Amino acid sequence: MFSFGDMMAEALGLILAWDRELSAIVVLSLRVTLSAVALACLIGLPLGALIGAFRFPGRGAASVALNALMGLPPVVVGLFVYLMLSASGPLGVLQLLYTPTAMIIAQTILVTPIIAALTKQVVEDLHGEYAEQFASFGVSARARVVALLWDARYSLLTVALAGFGRAVAEVGAVLIVGGNINHVTRVMTTTIALETSKGNLQLALALGVILLGLAVVVNAGVMALRASAVRAAYA
Amino acid sequence: MRDTVMESAQDCAAPILTARDLGFAASGQVLLQGVDLEIARGRRTLVMGANGAGKSLLLRLLHGLLPPSSGAVLWQGARPGRTAQAMVFQRPVMLRRSVLANLRFALRVQGLGWRARAARAQEALEMAHLTDKARQPARLLSGGEQQRLAVARALVCDPEILFLDEPTSSLDPASTQMIEDLVNAAHVRGVTVVMVTHDRGQARRMGDEVIFLHAGRVAETGPRDQVLDAPRSDAAKAWMAGRLYTRTDF
Ligand SMILES: Nc1ncnc2c1ncn2[C@@H]1O[C@H](COP(=O)(O)OP(=O)(O)OP(=O)(O)O)[C@@H](O)[C@H]1O
Ligand SMILES: [Mg+2]
Repeated sequence: MFSFGDMMAEALGLILAWDRELSAIVVLSLRVTLSAVALACLIGLPLGALIGAFRFPGRGAASVALNALMGLPPVVVGLFVYLMLSASGPLGVLQLLYTPTAMIIAQTILVTPIIAALTKQVVEDLHGEYAEQFASFGVSARARVVALLWDARYSLLTVALAGFGRAVAEVGAVLIVGGNINHVTRVMTTTIALETSKGNLQLALALGVILLGLAVVVNAGVMALRASAVRAAYA
Repeated sequence: MRDTVMESAQDCAAPILTARDLGFAASGQVLLQGVDLEIARGRRTLVMGANGAGKSLLLRLLHGLLPPSSGAVLWQGARPGRTAQAMVFQRPVMLRRSVLANLRFALRVQGLGWRARAARAQEALEMAHLTDKARQPARLLSGGEQQRLAVARALVCDPEILFLDEPTSSLDPASTQMIEDLVNAAHVRGVTVVMVTHDRGQARRMGDEVIFLHAGRVAETGPRDQVLDAPRSDAAKAWMAGRLYTRTDF
């Protein structure tokens, strides 16, 4: 029976040795998650800004829906994307199941409501402050959305960060649509799950440490950016 | 075009806008009613009255930010688009950008090209004595500097009419002077000025016409000296007397 200390030492040894397999897993994780977050921002930022800045019929329902979708269980998203992409599904011809693209699609669906809902809140607050001035300037609807997103940029960094955190830590959706295939769709979280069940705790622990480290580094970076923005009264 | 505006300002000025039986109600309360008035083109009209009389509300209605519950605001000829008017709010709204970017934003909304924007923004900075603060975040400026920027930003697009809601109410004399200079320079260029003020001294310095509001109605309108020195309405009399009374306390 290993002690936790011994296991930790072995895990750190694995990290320091940094072989190609480990690096492939980490790189794929980042590729999938960053792509998904980027896509989710592309959809969620303007969507959230529209709902936050304009009154229209169905606005209340839209924000309730977004808030509900924030809590989507990853396995349900995984199942849904699986059904869409499986050979007999409507998008089966694309043959995307068990590819990184399928994982990106699943995580995008998972993260977009989070980005959109949080963006809506941020933009709504800022719009409360700006609305009369914008009306006085005669700012067009389109320019209004762009200006609100730009002026909220530092708060929205935190929003993107929340999306990143959700995606990078998620295991259910990528496992179902990616299949955890070695060298193809194996990412940090699915590897941790697999290796733990196989009893290969050192590798699982090593990946866990890397995952935590990544989260700390990304959060610290965003917080430093925000701090400088607060000093400049831009946040 | 500005020349003809100035000429007509020297004659008995034609109104640039007219309010007809203007009223505004919110949540069952009548806040403004039966307002009939004319804003003379090229002149400086002051809106005075006690706190809560409806001065800010009137400005919002005239500027088109609120739809009136009754009556209408009529512009001479076609209703000018937003380019034709600008407003400085009681509390200035600064975008989360630099001083220069605040000015450029207003210009970009008007569809000006990059080169024209840079030139006009530079001019406005100099007029507002903010050239050395151009790159600073606007929200870190002092209250007086923010108010100066707000006036400069409203004027940078060269509006026909400028609304100002108590632009100097929390400023010291030097800052007040700078704001008044900015507004007067615009007036000389032919801009019609509509300004809310509580300050009798400012009314003497800046007013051509005075509109006195009381409890959501126009109590009195007329040339500045008449309204300030020989008010006819009870409301204006009481207000002016109240001011004089506090002075005799010194
Ligand atoms: N959108 C609104 N909905 C409801 N009530 C309003 C609204 N806007 C203004 N009021 C009310 O109308 C009245 C007049 O407000 P207004 O801001 O015009 O006063 P004011 O003359 O500008 O006063 P002050 O000198 O304090 O600035 C106030 O009692 C205010 O509470
Ligand atoms: Mg007011």
